[in-house]
Amino acid sequence: MSSKWTRRQFVKTTGTAAGALVLGGAFAEFLAACASSSPTTSGSGSLEIFSWWTAGGEADGLAEMFKIYQQKYPGVKIVNAAVAGGAGSNAKAVLATRMQGGKPPDSFQVHAGQELISTWVKADKMEPITSIWNSEGWDSVIPKDLKTIVSKGSDVWSVPVNVHRGNALWVNLAKAGSSITPGAGNNLDAFLSALGKAKSAGIQAPLALGSKGNWQVTMLLENNIVAVGGADFYRGLFNGKSSWTDNNVKSALTYIKSMLNYVNSDHTTIDWDQAAGRVQAGTSVGTIMGDWAKGYFTANNWKPDTDFTGIASPGTEKTYMIVCDTFGLPKGAPDRDNAINWIKVCGSEAGQAAFNPKKGSIPARTDVPASIFDSIAQKFIAEFKTDSLTPSIAHGSAAPEAFASGVNDEMGQFVQKKDVNASASNIAKLADQYLK
Amino acid sequence: MAVAATRERPDRGRSLGSKWYGIAPDYTSAGLTQYIDLFGLPRFQADVSNTIEFTILFLIACILLGFGSAVLLDQHVRGTIFFQNIFLFPLAISFVVTGTVWRWIFNPNFGINLLLEDVHLDFLKSPWLADTRTALYGLVIAAAWQMSGFCMAMFLAGLRAIPDELREAARVDGASEGRIFLRVILPLMRPITLSAIIILGHISLKIFDLVYVMTFGGPGYATDMPSLYMWVAVFRQNLYGRGAAIAMVLLIMVALLIVPYLVWSLRSEDER
Repeated sequence: MSSKWTRRQFVKTTGTAAGALVLGGAFAEFLAACASSSPTTSGSGSLEIFSWWTAGGEADGLAEMFKIYQQKYPGVKIVNAAVAGGAGSNAKAVLATRMQGGKPPDSFQVHAGQELISTWVKADKMEPITSIWNSEGWDSVIPKDLKTIVSKGSDVWSVPVNVHRGNALWVNLAKAGSSITPGAGNNLDAFLSALGKAKSAGIQAPLALGSKGNWQVTMLLENNIVAVGGADFYRGLFNGKSSWTDNNVKSALTYIKSMLNYVNSDHTTIDWDQAAGRVQAGTSVGTIMGDWAKGYFTANNWKPDTDFTGIASPGTEKTYMIVCDTFGLPKGAPDRDNAINWIKVCGSEAGQAAFNPKKGSIPARTDVPASIFDSIAQKFIAEFKTDSLTPSIAHGSAAPEAFASGVNDEMGQFVQKKDVNASASNIAKLADQYLK
Repeated sequence: MAVAATRERPDRGRSLGSKWYGIAPDYTSAGLTQYIDLFGLPRFQADVSNTIEFTILFLIACILLGFGSAVLLDQHVRGTIFFQNIFLFPLAISFVVTGTVWRWIFNPNFGINLLLEDVHLDFLKSPWLADTRTALYGLVIAAAWQMSGFCMAMFLAGLRAIPDELREAARVDGASEGRIFLRVILPLMRPITLSAIIILGHISLKIFDLVYVMTFGGPGYATDMPSLYMWVAVFRQNLYGRGAAIAMVLLIMVALLIVPYLVWSLRSEDER
């Protein structure tokens, strides 16, 4: 009797009116629902995150995000599958092999733009995250330009966690003196004459350059194209509205040629960090590099705006060359639910506030308090909100990798031969081949 | 008819090259166009000439150094075992380590140039890896440093295998030591030299790690090699079809070197 009563009570409370047999089934379902719904708050299983952040501030930033994830989902075991190697060259090879072999990680780091779209989305290896984007309300906090470069069709394919600035000039304030004054007359001609003055004052190579691998020269090219032709012209190069045979491209190359008169002679054998080292040692006055150079200086005990400063590279004020890391959801992710939660953490204010100060970048969200950043980052955050955003070629955002890598090769030729016309026509050929 | 005409030919097994560009496999036959495009690329043209120049210089350097040190070590004086080991040690190091060390040595500002300056040999100073004209020689020096010890070991084994009776017979016939060396020892070294050329030749045609670490093909294309470009084409540019074509060219190059050797060695075994 009593057991019958309980059952009836149970029917009432669960609200499933049915016969005893059906009830048994419903009860089992209820139990199953309990089993699957209760752990989603603490999580279970594992989460494998693939990136090339293995050292210094990058690895620290990633660890901060892991910490936040772990607080929310303590039951999940995080597997950090980071592969070392500059700009992710080795990691990308490992990732390609894994994806082709049907063993994707749960989520992986990918540069916003063509590296994401033309490599992974076009190959049908990604799942759209549009529903997460909408339910988290990222439209109101992440700039539209940024959303555009992680979108294809009507879907969004990854979430930006940070924004680096590719167009920045870093100067040693003690050496700069009156020769290179940040801000005043910030255009290419003024910059070149300042370099000339510094050279005649006895600094052999006032502009530090590390061009091993050639992508650093590609950065000079993209910055100079923006400086000469403006942001609209630059963006038009990738949607067919402006032409690679335009004189602006030649003019940008000519400016690089002039800059090469003022760089260190061993530039092809050193990388950007050794070039930054020249600036810090005072053998050069400045270097044009992304804002990861700031991380190099601060790691070597230099104080922002006391020992050194960073400004938009010559002639590119009011534009922000974006190098943006994102995380996406590969098709067939083994722990899909955990990966979705990871993507939510990546796009959250807490996640970006924890990650970016360590990484040396600025948050992709515009609502993260600027006070937690150093003075240069604060300046960049303010500029990011109003500047027009341009995607970088060198860092995979603007164009497919075949084009970017081809331009790198060509710039390697250019620094040797310094032939403006030949390089301009070779780059135009690459554009015909890979941008159409 | 129309359907048949537009359908892709499923001849993946027979195609010499594919159009594969991007992460997703595409086995559509591209016939020989990949190869025609490849040989039209300035970068690949530079690769082929670099790899030939590198191989020739590397072989000459290794064989001369290896044979020279083997002859010196074969003089039956004290301490040969010690030097034998010293010369052989670099072989135990990977090309990655060799490359890193020599990259530091060749740094134009604080490497070997400083040493040359200190001993007043300024005329020998050079930008080394920073200059398109000298970078390849830097690579040859590093590679020869590592592999000449191996050559030495081969030649030493060959020299020690020459029976003393041969030399003594020549001496009895009144030949001078120089003539013995030229007319008896050197001809007997021919099979060793051939083996060394084959073994070192295929290493140098496939050289990747040393270039990757030391110069990454730069400056310009001065030290670029087919194997490095193959890697770049596949994993940097997603041009899988082009990477596969380069791999085929490499295979043919190595086969051109190895196959005659195999034929020769099999024939001489038959004769025995």
